[in-house]
Amino acid sequence: MLKRLALLAISGELRCLVCRNESIDESNADLARDMRLLLRERLVAGDSDAEAVAYLVDRFGEYVLLRPKMTGENIALYAAGPVMLLVGFGIALAFVRRRRATEPAPAALSPEEEARLKDILER
Amino acid sequence: MQAMIGAAFLAFLLFTSNPFLRAAMPPLDGHDLNPLLQDPGLAFHPPFLYLGYVGLSMSFSFAVAALIEGRVDAAWARWVRPWTLAAWMFLTIGIALGSWWAYYELGWGGFWFWDPVENASFMPWLIAAALLHSAIVVEKRESLKSWTILLAIMAFGFSLIGTFIVRSGLLTSVHAFASDPARGVFILAILAVAVGGALTLYAARAHAMEAKGVFSPVSRESALLANNVLLAVSCFVVFVGTMWPMVAEMAFDRKLSVGPPFFDLAFTPFMVALAMLLPIGAVMPWKRAQPGRAMAPLWGVLALSVALGALVWAMQTGGSALAPLGVALGAWVILGAGADLWQRAGGGRSGIAASLRRLPRLPGADWGRGLGHAGFGVTMLSIAGLTAWEVEDIRVVRVGESFEVAGYTFRLDKVEEAQGPNYLSTMGSFTASRDGRVLGVLTPEKRIYPVAQMPTTEAALRNSLAGDLYIVIGDPQQGGGWAVRTYIKPLVNWLWIGCTLMALGGVASLMDRRYRVAAGARRAPPVGIPAE
Repeated sequence: MLKRLALLAISGELRCLVCRNESIDESNADLARDMRLLLRERLVAGDSDAEAVAYLVDRFGEYVLLRPKMTGENIALYAAGPVMLLVGFGIALAFVRRRRATEPAPAALSPEEEARLKDILER
Repeated sequence: MQAMIGAAFLAFLLFTSNPFLRAAMPPLDGHDLNPLLQDPGLAFHPPFLYLGYVGLSMSFSFAVAALIEGRVDAAWARWVRPWTLAAWMFLTIGIALGSWWAYYELGWGGFWFWDPVENASFMPWLIAAALLHSAIVVEKRESLKSWTILLAIMAFGFSLIGTFIVRSGLLTSVHAFASDPARGVFILAILAVAVGGALTLYAARAHAMEAKGVFSPVSRESALLANNVLLAVSCFVVFVGTMWPMVAEMAFDRKLSVGPPFFDLAFTPFMVALAMLLPIGAVMPWKRAQPGRAMAPLWGVLALSVALGALVWAMQTGGSALAPLGVALGAWVILGAGADLWQRAGGGRSGIAASLRRLPRLPGADWGRGLGHAGFGVTMLSIAGLTAWEVEDIRVVRVGESFEVAGYTFRLDKVEEAQGPNYLSTMGSFTASRDGRVLGVLTPEKRIYPVAQMPTTEAALRNSLAGDLYIVIGDPQQGGGWAVRTYIKPLVNWLWIGCTLMALGGVASLMDRRYRVAAGARRAPPVGIPAE
């Protein structure tokens, strides 16, 4: 049973090469079934999850991985979001600060306005 | 005079840009051949998406007009917002319909696959959502002007990129039906001219947009700014993920895939952050807020949401932290939207009855915000529940055998051959029951369309608000029996209820009095909504 859960979890991460953008878990194609079987064979033979996946990657290429490896250029892919978030919040923060800094002191009332205000308040 | 020139420019741009777009998006012909697409759910979703894309071209036109004119003010924002709202609403409906169709038709039970074409519709949706919020700041506070313009340009830009992705065949997708490199180049040219031109204009003119309003770091302005940053960055993540396979192949000669596991990992944190901030931001007053006072109506909501999350945590044995977290967040957003509306209606200060009477008379914008935000919360709740509690089962079943999945019992009664209008079908009959009570008969099919030489699977569903039962019948096995996939999908229908609520929020906002009354009058005094 554990093996089967592991198989489901892994096969959701591997891409079917026939279909477009389906994992081998979802795909109905024959190749996907063969890949599932291959994966099961490796797991039954005692491979760890990582070894079984590596076995498939060796044969089918990096293309089958739906979760790209976090190596080489792909670090840029993973870093893009967090970095952009920092940049975004940095800009936003700078904007907010500037907004606050430019807040003009409320101008003093002119003598006429003072008089009018007094007039209104006393009415 | 200036107004007339402005109007002329607007009209000119509106009329030129629309036929323009229609040329860019040729009619989706040839669909009939693909049996997956012979379904009403499919027939409806592209027109809605299309309405959304075209609607965003309006926002784009307004942005360009504003840049040419060099003026962005509250009146401009009031013109742009209804268009953006309508476009966003149609995109919401379109995406929801497409996702629903995928769910019941494609037969693998998912609702969202992070397919490039799905992303193509999702990116404008995210940007349009950001634009909706930042246009409020322009309208009410005359701030964030150049950013709003940039968003309007980007929203349409992403629509065009979407068109490009769908039609060029550059990225592989389950949606690529009529891809053709020649069309791709054409669309790319339009993209370059439209967005490139607009951005050049933007670079030349943006500095002229001076912000007027001032605000402190704790204020509704800041909250909306945070919303914008989160939405824009999450869109950026989707964009990078969608384009990465292409970049990697061209630049580094690495052929790879970026699939759902990546997007789930990279995208979800932004939505979590958004949901955490949302109810607080919604009750913040403009300009300067006292956090204590603004939060006052929310403490109860916060406590209740955390309690609900804890309850779920306690009830589920093992399992991920996802469900309690999702439930707490969803409840926080939904209840927060409710508390916000209630507060608007007086919060029971002048008697509960008085507040209840006032509730229906609140401005459409308030209802729009409440419904839209609650819809977002419902959608989140549903996704969390579905992801955490979904049960999947694959097994070989012989006719007459019973099996059990998560407390439900299914019996395969028979498997029959049947003849449809243009297909041959193998139909299984399952009786589903729970605790001895029969719930109904599910009849999943495997169809073969002889003309297209294409097999399809038709899943059988039993819908209920608590969740769906979902059965797919597969191939006959050696030694008798059929491969059967069964899913229990809790809360799944709330996903589409949430999207409907969001769209309804858009409708409510559109019906707000200020758009009916003040749309024509440029300097009409703001209607309704006090600044608190």
